Amino acid sequence: MFGMEFYVDPSRCIGCQACLKACEECDTHRGISMINFDFVDRKESIATAAYVCWHCENPTCAQVCPADAIKKYEDGIVGSSLKPRCIGCSNCVLACPFGIPKLVPEYEQMMKCDMCYDRTSVGKRPMCATVCPSQALTYVTPETIAATRREKPVNTFWFGNQKIMTKVYMMAPADAGAIAIDVADYTWEGEHEVVPQAF
Amino acid sequence: MAKAPLSLDELAGRYGPHLNYVPQGGWQGDSGQQPEKLVKTHCCFCGQQCGIQLKVRDNHVIGFEPWEEFPFNRGMLCPKGVKRYLQGNHPDRLLDPLMRTDEGFRPAAWDEALDFTARRLRELQEKYGADSVAVYGGASLTTEKAYLMGKFARVALGTRHIDYNGRLCMVSAGTAYKGALGVDRAPNPWSDIPAAEVIMVIGANIGECAPITTDYIWRARDKGAKLIVADPRFTPIARNADLFLPVRPGTDLALLMAMLHVIIRDGLTDRDFIEAHTTGFEKTAESVEAWTPQRAAEVSGVAPDAIERAAHWVGESRRAMLMHARGLEHHSKGVENCEAVVAIALVTGNIGREGAGPIMVTGQGNGQGGREHGQKCDQLPGQRSLTDPAAREHVAGVWGISPDELPGPGYTAVEIMNAIHSGEIKGLLSICFNPLVSLPDANFTREALERLEFFGIIDFFLSETAMHADVVLAGSLQEEEEGVTANVEARVIHIRKAVDPPGNARTDSDIICDLARRLGRGQYFPFREPREIFEELRLASRGGIADYYGITYEKIDEQMGVFWPCPTLEHPGTPRLFEDSRFFHPDGKAHLMNLAWRESGDPVDAEYPTYLTTGRVVSQYLSGTQTRRIGALVDQYPDPKLEIHPRLAEQCGIRAGDWVTVTSRRSAITLEAMVVRTIRPDTVFIPYHWPRDRSANRLTHRTLDPRSKIPEYKVSACRVERAAGPPEWARDRSPQLAQGGRA
Repeated sequence: MFGMEFYVDPSRCIGCQACLKACEECDTHRGISMINFDFVDRKESIATAAYVCWHCENPTCAQVCPADAIKKYEDGIVGSSLKPRCIGCSNCVLACPFGIPKLVPEYEQMMKCDMCYDRTSVGKRPMCATVCPSQALTYVTPETIAATRREKPVNTFWFGNQKIMTKVYMMAPADAGAIAIDVADYTWEGEHEVVPQAF
Repeated sequence: MAKAPLSLDELAGRYGPHLNYVPQGGWQGDSGQQPEKLVKTHCCFCGQQCGIQLKVRDNHVIGFEPWEEFPFNRGMLCPKGVKRYLQGNHPDRLLDPLMRTDEGFRPAAWDEALDFTARRLRELQEKYGADSVAVYGGASLTTEKAYLMGKFARVALGTRHIDYNGRLCMVSAGTAYKGALGVDRAPNPWSDIPAAEVIMVIGANIGECAPITTDYIWRARDKGAKLIVADPRFTPIARNADLFLPVRPGTDLALLMAMLHVIIRDGLTDRDFIEAHTTGFEKTAESVEAWTPQRAAEVSGVAPDAIERAAHWVGESRRAMLMHARGLEHHSKGVENCEAVVAIALVTGNIGREGAGPIMVTGQGNGQGGREHGQKCDQLPGQRSLTDPAAREHVAGVWGISPDELPGPGYTAVEIMNAIHSGEIKGLLSICFNPLVSLPDANFTREALERLEFFGIIDFFLSETAMHADVVLAGSLQEEEEGVTANVEARVIHIRKAVDPPGNARTDSDIICDLARRLGRGQYFPFREPREIFEELRLASRGGIADYYGITYEKIDEQMGVFWPCPTLEHPGTPRLFEDSRFFHPDGKAHLMNLAWRESGDPVDAEYPTYLTTGRVVSQYLSGTQTRRIGALVDQYPDPKLEIHPRLAEQCGIRAGDWVTVTSRRSAITLEAMVVRTIRPDTVFIPYHWPRDRSANRLTHRTLDPRSKIPEYKVSACRVERAAGPPEWARDRSPQLAQGGRA
């Protein structure tokens, strides 16, 4: 959709996995979900994170592909591997700094998020960003994101010395102090045992 | 006697739950073809009632497409909504009525099944009296069906005993709001939420139980609102709370009374509002006088300074919203808990404006609409009282009977089960209710069901409860019959029919009307389609509190929903209540209540030292009759787990992944431990969606709130011990899950 960009804000994520379920309903890869989803550390926190492909400006996956099976399109979208070319070697799976591509054994092919090319190319929003109930995944204009969010979009990532610019934006967290995540830290059991809250 | 005819394992082998993973036609086949039509309707699950478009081909729902124009959810859906369509074309679907035999169930013709049902109900009534049979309804039914059930019980059967599973959901909030504000409804539309400056969420796991509401709260935060979350668990929305209050189960009232104490002590009240628009302030003020933050901290485990801060944030704002759900309401003082929330809103003048109000977050699909039109044991259509002579006369007039023929109020849902257990009630007709999973103290429920002399059920799957039935009438899914529901905001919305019921299954209202005819009362049930029921409902509700007279299916479509009350065809509906500060009592004022602390009904002691609380997970819905049959949802969270804090786990010698036995004063179940810091160290949590020996409700108790008659699911006493090994259910669960996989 013209003028729209994709924004990921893990601080909004409630871990419901609607994105994961909705992705497999997409017409180009029916039954297979391309969402990367994690409980960050369930013992310590309820934090969860759902990601799509970041669609790098210079995609590492395409650079390392020995079969030239991964293409970046004019609009900046990096596609899934081309079925006739992909040899299932997993170079891209290993090389992607974000850990996005997956080898799908049934198809002996690497598949990953193509930003719902079937939908975005005809003016619809990607399936995940449409259904996401917390709008941790959202697909709007830069003006809308600037006007409505307190977090700031970032699309430059450093992996050691490798600088990566991406089409998809990460919302950087609002300015906050340390936040305790253990309920026991908040629990009152006497005058001197409560950890001060970060507000 | 309504014992299950075969072993439960044998019945489950035949009738499920089996897991449906793949849309009709297969992922690679027909399901990917263009649909013949996209039907704009709503999700069948929770009270959010998200707009969704169902893809239909060859009379099958083959998938969904987001409905981005519907203003409430704007295309957003949770995983249940995404996968809801897989309950259609399901191998477990009942395609014929079933009659029980010694060998299990056999398919029967409709004439046989309905004649048998009518005959048995009448026989019991002739032998034991009209009130010896009871009717159970449900809050997933459309409003037309809910209305029909109330009329069926009172006019076709003439029993006073009809109640519904909303008794397990909204009645504490309903009783409190009715008492304080004169009306049982959330006062604000959801579009008010982003305008709030302070949002306090108490006992509401918004992220998992009302997922799309999360975005409304995040939008408020983005504008600078402060979020307060009070819960024994760090729920998903608590991660962004500006203030988290880890309230001990069963002690919310102490916390709320201390907040009121601080608000009054520090002069944060809106005195002009209290003076002009409320009664009873002195009573409330007196009842919280002794509830200092220090005292509340001793009871609730929330630090005194955190209570002070919460009270100041709410009390200093004139755009504060207080949202609550079952965590506050499932208590033997559930009504008082809600009254305290409403009192905080009233004394601070936070009501009747954008971004200000007490908000009950209705849980069940038609939790709002299903409780307004007569399937509650004490209510008539339009949220009218069954004991009000004028209401009786009005409704009897619409129904064409004498007011004297209308039975009086009957028992509530749990009381009906108690009366079945004691032998007072002999026959039961149930629709849209799975009490064996959803009522507390499940072993008691099973004993009761086994004592029924006749048990008939209308359902689309053979639920665990239906396995005890004498006859199962194959009914319809939500997408198989037109109607309306009212969502969490009291926005009346249009459920469109997408497909016909499969096989010989029939629509629910058709079954009820046919049964009424066979009971000799057909003249009162001439309805050929839901629209005709709705037309009568409009008249029956006219002039009542929940006035639907001005609502039509066409108006709903034009306006994307109509908020009741809507008294005339020209009236646009009422998104926000009390804008003129007039409340729905005859004196026009809001009534503040006396608040009194009392202990919960199942206190902890040396033998049962740990608090047990129960609730939902995002991928399952209520008793799981539908969601435990959808593969992708089951995979997300296959079996109940025990959430336990590492501190308690260490004391009990439990490590993550261990099998643990949880024992209450009723029973014991064994399940896997999930050791997490996101729960109070003195509390454990189990989600309740599963049956039999995985059922959290084997552990819960039947103590009721004396006014709302809601069970106290949210606090029981238990002890937790490491188990020697996996329970029986875990040893044989693998084959069923192995049926999954991609097609």
